[in-house]
Amino acid sequence: MNFNLTKTQELFRQMIREFAEKEVKPLAAEIDEQERFPAETVKKMAELGLFGIPVPAQYGGAGGDNIMYSIAIEELSKACATTGVVVSAHTSLCVAPIMENGTEEQKMKYLPKLASGEWIGAFGLTEPNAGTDAAGQQTTAVLDGDEWVLNGNKIFITNAGPAHVYIVIAMTDKSMKTKGISAFIVEAGTPGFEIGKKELKMGIRGSATAELIFNNCRIPKENLLGKIGGGFGIAMKTLDGGRIGIAAQALGIAQGALDETVKYTKERKQFGKAIGQFQNTQFQMADLKTRIEAARLLVRSAAFKKDNGIPYSADAAMAKLFAAETAMEVTTKAVQFHGGYGYTREYPVERMMRDAKITEIYEGTSEVQRMVIAANLYK
Amino acid sequence: MDKTAYKHVYVFVEQRDGVIQPVALELLGKARDLADALGEKVVAIFPGYKIADSCQTLIAHGADQVICIDNVQLKDYLTEQYVQAINQVIEEYRPSIVLLGATTIGRDLGPRLAARVTTGLTADCTKLEISEDRELWSTRPAFGGNLMATIVNSTHRPQMSTVRPGVMQKREADATRTGEVVNFEPKFDESKFRVRLIETVKENKGKVDITEAKILVSGGRGVGCKENFEKLEQLAEVLDAEVSTSRAMVDAGIMPHDRQVGQTGKTVRPNLYFALGISGAIQHLAGMEESDFIVAINKDKFAPIFNVSDLGIVGDVNKIIPLLTERLAQELKK
Amino acid sequence: MKIVVCIKQVPDTTEIKINPVTGTLIRDGVPSIMNPDDKGALEMALRLKDQYNAHVTVITMGPPQADLILREAFAMGADRAILLTDRRFAGADTLATSNALAGALRTMEYDIVFAGRQAIDGDTAQVGPEMAEHLGLPQVSYVVNLDRKDDNTLIVKKETEEGYQMLEVDTPCLLTVLASANKARYMSVAGIVTAYDKEVEIWNADSIDVDEAKLGHKGSPTKVQKSFAKGLKQAGEVYEVDAEEAVGIIVSRLKEKFII
Repeated sequence: MNFNLTKTQELFRQMIREFAEKEVKPLAAEIDEQERFPAETVKKMAELGLFGIPVPAQYGGAGGDNIMYSIAIEELSKACATTGVVVSAHTSLCVAPIMENGTEEQKMKYLPKLASGEWIGAFGLTEPNAGTDAAGQQTTAVLDGDEWVLNGNKIFITNAGPAHVYIVIAMTDKSMKTKGISAFIVEAGTPGFEIGKKELKMGIRGSATAELIFNNCRIPKENLLGKIGGGFGIAMKTLDGGRIGIAAQALGIAQGALDETVKYTKERKQFGKAIGQFQNTQFQMADLKTRIEAARLLVRSAAFKKDNGIPYSADAAMAKLFAAETAMEVTTKAVQFHGGYGYTREYPVERMMRDAKITEIYEGTSEVQRMVIAANLYK
Repeated sequence: MDKTAYKHVYVFVEQRDGVIQPVALELLGKARDLADALGEKVVAIFPGYKIADSCQTLIAHGADQVICIDNVQLKDYLTEQYVQAINQVIEEYRPSIVLLGATTIGRDLGPRLAARVTTGLTADCTKLEISEDRELWSTRPAFGGNLMATIVNSTHRPQMSTVRPGVMQKREADATRTGEVVNFEPKFDESKFRVRLIETVKENKGKVDITEAKILVSGGRGVGCKENFEKLEQLAEVLDAEVSTSRAMVDAGIMPHDRQVGQTGKTVRPNLYFALGISGAIQHLAGMEESDFIVAINKDKFAPIFNVSDLGIVGDVNKIIPLLTERLAQELKK
Repeated sequence: MKIVVCIKQVPDTTEIKINPVTGTLIRDGVPSIMNPDDKGALEMALRLKDQYNAHVTVITMGPPQADLILREAFAMGADRAILLTDRRFAGADTLATSNALAGALRTMEYDIVFAGRQAIDGDTAQVGPEMAEHLGLPQVSYVVNLDRKDDNTLIVKKETEEGYQMLEVDTPCLLTVLASANKARYMSVAGIVTAYDKEVEIWNADSIDVDEAKLGHKGSPTKVQKSFAKGLKQAGEVYEVDAEEAVGIIVSRLKEKFII
């Protein structure tokens, strides 16, 4: 048993922390305020190889592990949750399914450009009538000669627009229910594929969230990812991995809010002493810190299991559930500790509170996580 | 080593385009104190080209003797040329102490020279004194100004130290002082000259020497942006002051490096120092805490700047500055 | 083109605080970092690698923990790393340090030796020029930019108080670089992943070409007589008042002090 990061992981944390502090944090308020995609940061992250952390070197990646990946998302999200989710959605939801299910040709075609950040990736599962109940897919894919023809809409898709490669889940045989669902790789610019309206969101406002519209969109036959009918399994497995990313994002938001609050409560004086000197503050802060550390252990444990080929589905769900609820609790209390200032945009905690909320919702709501955890318990 | 064979306090006199740099006169002032304590002479080592006319200035500021090295090879500062010339002076005259200004020239020349004569060099001293056993004690900041260390060199001669500009105080020129001027002819080994000067560029745009200012209006992170610095300019204009800044604003590209006060910038000791929106990191304090009167304005009442200020105001600099400028303009008109 | 970059591990002095009660330094928990000017020097070397395929060696003298900055240099793109570590180097002042590093450099081939202008824990700016003297190399300090003129000549830009100088220098030479010369690259993820797979060469006093009497405490002319935390001056009055009143207080105090 060893809870220490390896030297390599430590070195990585040193780099990503400095990068987040110097390059990401200064832009966080601005991209939130302007609701704009952080293209300049994406370019910098691409140069460092942050879009291909767990991708093996032979596919142009950095050859790192999922612990490093989770540290990256945590540290980026500590500074800016939007930036964290750009990398998380790309890596967990697009790069990972290609890495895990792609043919050698697909891997050679897509992974080098995705790992280098030249192409950004996205993932389309959710539909207007298929959210938590992912089996209710209405988007269809029909084989016509050498091409699949896609029709339907996907909503709330992270990175939609800036992304070049989309993993799209569609029904290929409705009678087979979940066994009739397949996964496809769709490139931006394919005729019949358009990006619909951009959502105006409460938090992570710099991340692009939009609709994918498929109207007789024809893609080559070889863009089927995995087997026909294997799409539901791919989607569920992809979400398992994605939950590590979102758990790390929530952890980062929580840590960021805690750090801000420690700083503030050391400086802010009321009734003649710093509010951090009051036992009420200290006890609450101690509880928050404890929750954050527990969340971190869950995240690292899930990432460790993924790296070592140990089943991690329930671990990822527990990490995401606990980290997301921790993020919500810590940020809410952080705003409270900041008082009136916390409610203003002069301090970052209100943004963190808005950002935290999504972690309880996307890539499976907290209720879905409980279903996954319980299913493992009663199987 | 026979230390008694080494005598007198020598000062490297830095000139640029024939203009003696203020730090050289400051060093002569300090050398005077040290030489008096030792009962020895102050000697100025004065390399350059067509500089002979300035020797009297050095005597007026405290030198007993000037070793004038007037040579075309020394027109512009180049490391090897200067090291050869001064090394020959050291070999011939055997100084006990050699002081240099901690300028870009002194900090380039000093270590190269010390290595050539094989002796120690203490950098950027803020205090020089003679101990009871007649050694030079050089005190300097370390760890970013967090710690002071007193350094001695009791085994090698000469004892060498550099001192930052603005730290020592020059003496008033005394035109009645007399001294000896010696012309020194160095023998150059030109085969060692492997650095050639292409051009020297002075960037005059906005360049001022903040170490010379009597009043400094210094703005930091709390001032924030370029537009707010214009308000500082207005205050400076009313007070006939210069605007200076902290490292954060230089790093942010808002102010140029030559206006930076602190450990990695300049050491200043004006009569009045306004620290506006400057929290007072130890590195900044190291460069300004010797100022005669410090007025600090900062939003954060726990800012360390209030530990060194004579007058502290907790408040928003950007609100106070325009009002203060207006009020001072009225007061000074009276 | 062969390049050697001398780097140093230093405590991050911006993180050092003073205990307000005892006046002593609080060094606990202060991170160790690659000295900023040295990082600027390494970046300058790595740009020559990008441009001319130069081979970049980094060398540091320090305790075994200094391995960390060599790994960092690998992750930034350095090709070779040497750690000079030996109890016989301990207690070295700048002259003895420069003798040790020069002793190591004598056993190596190079066209350019880079060093940072100064280290933030000592701020002396001496080791670079002293090494240049021991090795008989031409030196330029305070370098902020560099161009290659031909195989044997560099054009360098040196920062001065008044502006800058353009200088031509023959190689081999030694240049000391400012952190502000460039924006050093971050370690790349792929570089980090392989940094610990590479070999850091461990050298001691027997590996280098120098008289042992010139090393460590024995080879140091300067000694620390005493060191002490700088006493802070007594704080003056502090007022928390509105802007109008603040202006009144400032003006009246400046009058009292005859400053205006």
